[in-house]
Amino acid sequence: MQVQDLEKIFQDKIDAEIKIEPKDWMPEAYRKTNIRQISQHAHSEVVGMLPEGNWISRAPSLKRKAILIAKVQDEAGHGLYLYSAAETLGSSRDEMIADLLSGKAKYSSIFNYPTLTWADMGAIGWLVDGAAILNQVMLCRTSYGPYARAMVRICKEESFHQRQGFESLLVLSKGTTEQKAMCQDAINRWWWPSLMMFGPKDSESTNSDQSMKWKIKRKTNDELRQQFVDMAAMQVKVLGMTLPDPDLKWNEERKHYDFGEINWEEFWNVVKGNGPCNKQRLAARNKAHDDGAWVREAAMAYQAKKEKKRNAA
Amino acid sequence: MNCTIKKFYYGDIPEDNSGSSNQPASNVSANSWPLWEVFIRSKQGLDHKHVGSLHAADATMAIENARDVYTRRQEGVSIWVVESKHITASNPDEAGELYEPAADKIYRHPTFYDLPDEVGHM
Repeated sequence: MQVQDLEKIFQDKIDAEIKIEPKDWMPEAYRKTNIRQISQHAHSEVVGMLPEGNWISRAPSLKRKAILIAKVQDEAGHGLYLYSAAETLGSSRDEMIADLLSGKAKYSSIFNYPTLTWADMGAIGWLVDGAAILNQVMLCRTSYGPYARAMVRICKEESFHQRQGFESLLVLSKGTTEQKAMCQDAINRWWWPSLMMFGPKDSESTNSDQSMKWKIKRKTNDELRQQFVDMAAMQVKVLGMTLPDPDLKWNEERKHYDFGEINWEEFWNVVKGNGPCNKQRLAARNKAHDDGAWVREAAMAYQAKKEKKRNAA
Repeated sequence: MNCTIKKFYYGDIPEDNSGSSNQPASNVSANSWPLWEVFIRSKQGLDHKHVGSLHAADATMAIENARDVYTRRQEGVSIWVVESKHITASNPDEAGELYEPAADKIYRHPTFYDLPDEVGHM
């Protein structure tokens, strides 16, 4: 069969909403885009544990500590679901991890911002996880089967992340003057980076949008970002706080909130490795990987020893 | 700043725009843990269902890892693991021939038979 025919069959399947499975024929670019996107997503979950891990030992109560540990464990789990989905496309776990550790592969820039106060745990849950959920809900319907199934599992668990964050901010918002100030400060610092999570504006695209045609993605950056702004603008009122954007205003005609311009220079700077914590995050991952090397080796040696014993018996 | 910005999305940053170091992956270990497929029975009376895969040094560790990765919210009462290399899968390119024999045997379905209403539910 000609490649053009295979491509036509492939696109017909996508158009008919039939999922693509690991052993099905797929264009090389589809495979590559999925590997890149799924592994970057996995790396984001793994690196995403670091800013929160910072606060596990400093959580203000046993309850908050238990919640935070559970959330960080979920993120490790989400990373693993995603790595195994990417592996079905022929990328090895070792390669993906090596690319993360060398700085070749990327992860969501949001995790290159520091977590300065306890209120950041709440703001991350509400805003960062809130932004991620919009993307993830859309990805539950992505065209590659293993990715879609991983996202369904992730979405089931992710809602707790956002709710605990909002609830944690809600408690602060009803607290002392200092606690209220801390809550507002965290919102101020996390708002813009959260908006950046959706990526550049649609109008800045010069490429035809292959990801949409292949239904890897189903909504544009601006659609998702608008959805997020509309949601957060309502929810912030419940907290009695404000979002740090003087241009944020309900537009009756559009039935959406208008909002101010994102600082794109900052966005590209952080993507390119010059954010406040890029180096620290990679150093932490590398240290964990190196420090764990003897454990991985010992486990294999133990397995080999047991195998030998079994064969001898 | 790069002016010909390609569209990318959260979780999909093209390498040419990412300022990546492009160092070759050097520390790939030849001695990495094998891949296991995980099957979970969600409750007594139901089949085990494939839920995903994970890496582990041996079967015991695979079960323990599966517990941590796939049953953090009591999703299972029983776990099977099998090393992925032991699974043989049918080839999707041959799906046509493979399943064709069943396609024209509609008489295998109860709805093929017209019975008088008096027979009642059968």
